Amino acid sequence: MATMAQGIRLALHYAEENLGLTDVFGEDVGPPLGGVFTATQGLKCAWNSPLDERGIIGTAIGIAMAGGRPVAEIQFCDYIFNTIDLLKLAGNMRWSSYGSWGLPLVVKTPVGSGIHGSIYHSHSFESVASHIPGWKIVCPSNAIDAYGLMLSAIADPDPVLFLEPKALLRAKTPDLIPGEPADEKELNRRINKPVIGDTTGWQPDWPDVQPAFVPIGQAAIRRAGTNATVVSYARTLPLAVKAADQLASEGLSFDVIDLRTLYPIDMPTLRKSLHKTRRLLVINEDTEVTNYGEHLIRRLTEEFFYDLEVPPRLLAGKDVPGIGMAWPLEAASVPQAQDVTEAMRDIATQPGRAAAGEWPLIPETFFRNR
Amino acid sequence: MATLDAARKRRIHDLMVKTRLTEETAISMNKKGEGHFWIGGAGEEAFGTCLGLQVNKGQGPDHDFLHLHYRGGPTAIAMGVEPIDHLRQMRATASDPFSGGRQFVEHYAIPEWNIVPVSPTIETQYTMAPGTALVQKRHGGHGITIVTGGDAGAAEGDFHVCLTWASRPGNELPLLIIVTHNRWGISTASSSQWSTTSLNDLATPFGIKNSRVNGNDVEASWDAIAQAMDYVRTERRPYCLQADVSRLYGHSSASGANRIEGEPDCIALFEDQLTAEGIVSRADCDAVWDRWRAQIRSAYDQIHREPYPDGTDIWKHIFAEPVRT
Ligand SMILES: Cc1ncc(C[n+]2csc(CCOP(=O)(O)OP(=O)(O)O)c2C)c(N)n1
Ligand SMILES: [Mg+2]
Repeated sequence: MATMAQGIRLALHYAEENLGLTDVFGEDVGPPLGGVFTATQGLKCAWNSPLDERGIIGTAIGIAMAGGRPVAEIQFCDYIFNTIDLLKLAGNMRWSSYGSWGLPLVVKTPVGSGIHGSIYHSHSFESVASHIPGWKIVCPSNAIDAYGLMLSAIADPDPVLFLEPKALLRAKTPDLIPGEPADEKELNRRINKPVIGDTTGWQPDWPDVQPAFVPIGQAAIRRAGTNATVVSYARTLPLAVKAADQLASEGLSFDVIDLRTLYPIDMPTLRKSLHKTRRLLVINEDTEVTNYGEHLIRRLTEEFFYDLEVPPRLLAGKDVPGIGMAWPLEAASVPQAQDVTEAMRDIATQPGRAAAGEWPLIPETFFRNR
Repeated sequence: MATLDAARKRRIHDLMVKTRLTEETAISMNKKGEGHFWIGGAGEEAFGTCLGLQVNKGQGPDHDFLHLHYRGGPTAIAMGVEPIDHLRQMRATASDPFSGGRQFVEHYAIPEWNIVPVSPTIETQYTMAPGTALVQKRHGGHGITIVTGGDAGAAEGDFHVCLTWASRPGNELPLLIIVTHNRWGISTASSSQWSTTSLNDLATPFGIKNSRVNGNDVEASWDAIAQAMDYVRTERRPYCLQADVSRLYGHSSASGANRIEGEPDCIALFEDQLTAEGIVSRADCDAVWDRWRAQIRSAYDQIHREPYPDGTDIWKHIFAEPVRT
């Protein structure tokens, strides 16, 4: 029953003991706070950095160059934008040195809306991040994946961007991380720093967690069905799962794919699903213009153009400069449960080309084998 | 102070000439269309050579890390970079050992000597240097991190980043922060940007010891570097050193790469000194130039037989293992 924040914390603990993790650092990451979402409490190698995002990314690069294995945090992805040239440098370090300088580093940063964060605690970053070649990008939607993807990210020889959907950081995952106490209260007692009272000298009593790597580049199928393929991740993923369960009562079933890794993309899983359903809906909450989901749709449309029953669709955030404070503003800006349900119903029930008697003139295999 | 003996001075002179001729060959290649862009450290040989010769060269935290910028040629050549490899990168041949024909010239990347990849982005190296220095501080020993950059670029926040991260109380870093001051940033006069001519002074409020040296003077440079390095190595604290240098061929090929009148030439100055001291004769000097001219000429001839990278090469080394997506 760990939360995602606890899953990340347990992974960092496992990694500092077993995977050579040398530094977890960023603003308020070390004691006494242990991170604004508590994901870095109690770690031996966690420390507070100056309040300087460029210094955080630059220093992480330097640590990795000198043989360390850092996890650097940008407190909210809303504050990562002044480091983009450094992220580009990290992404091209191996390539520009013709393979001689690799950078095993992880940058973790909370993303997205859902906590009433207003304009500067609600940004998404995946679309911009996907324009920075040389990075792997992961984005878990539950504690088990957060644990396993963090282990894989730290063990990876290349830069990995670990996007933390902040709306889900405190959500509990029913499944257990191997070694996690079955009793949720026990876990909390052992690894959560007390919120009240004198906490000087507090140390966690770490459970003996075992490695459970989630490979980078593998999506997970959360629900299986036939009427449409729904690809999502982060805050909107559980909304899609819930909608799939609801829409079952209307006789509709969906492949709900939790992408988990945004780069490299698990194309085989997407292809397999689309081959079956022939209908594609991508859901995320980044602003819609030049949205990461558009890339998925472009790739899949090129491959499946003659197979698709209906036009593929993107349900994404509105192209507005920020997410307003008042709840109706946030609700109108990024997909909510009802928007997800409606979009899924629409894509599954829209009359398709087969129904209209329109069949492709060119054999579909010609295009698939192109 | 005179810490340099005659043999060492001859060695420094030899390396300065080797570097200058390498740079001038690269410039002439650019003018002949045999290399798309030239930038480099012509004019910085006195300071750069003295720096390169005092580096504790090797791999890993026991040795010095170098975060150089695009005028680091004199330092790298003093450390052992050969003209032929420099010219390979100038021509962007597949045999360019630093980047396989991907980067501008003088953009070294040498893991065996802790020379981290040079980037054309000015000052970004100042954000990374604290990272290698931090690892060295924890590691102990005498390895230090050296970062270099220009005067105009010190206006970037990254220079401030470096000063902050190098001087955190209790976490002071073994970091030698160098500014090579040539009074220009492309066409922007330093005097129009800075109210001070001593950028090392910027380190003072951070409690970072600092000084300034005439980078055209070999002996002064040698001693200033030796003192700064000794402090950083033993105290495990940062030091900021400004070297006043010449920009002998202007900013880059983009501004013509022609010899600039009135800029002091550190090699000519050093030769005057060496002959006055009776360490070498004019004929000895000429012999050094002739020897390197011949060697670099044959390096230049050699690289003409070497192919450019193939277009399919772009997919190599994006990640440690090829990624399919
Ligand atoms: C971040 C960044 N901004 C601008 C440039 C373009 N640029 C290249 S060199 C240069 C001037 C730098 O001057 P200075 O720091 O004094 O170094 P110098 O070239 O004089 O040695 C500029 C503006 C760049 N390469 N990177
Ligand atoms: Mg300058």
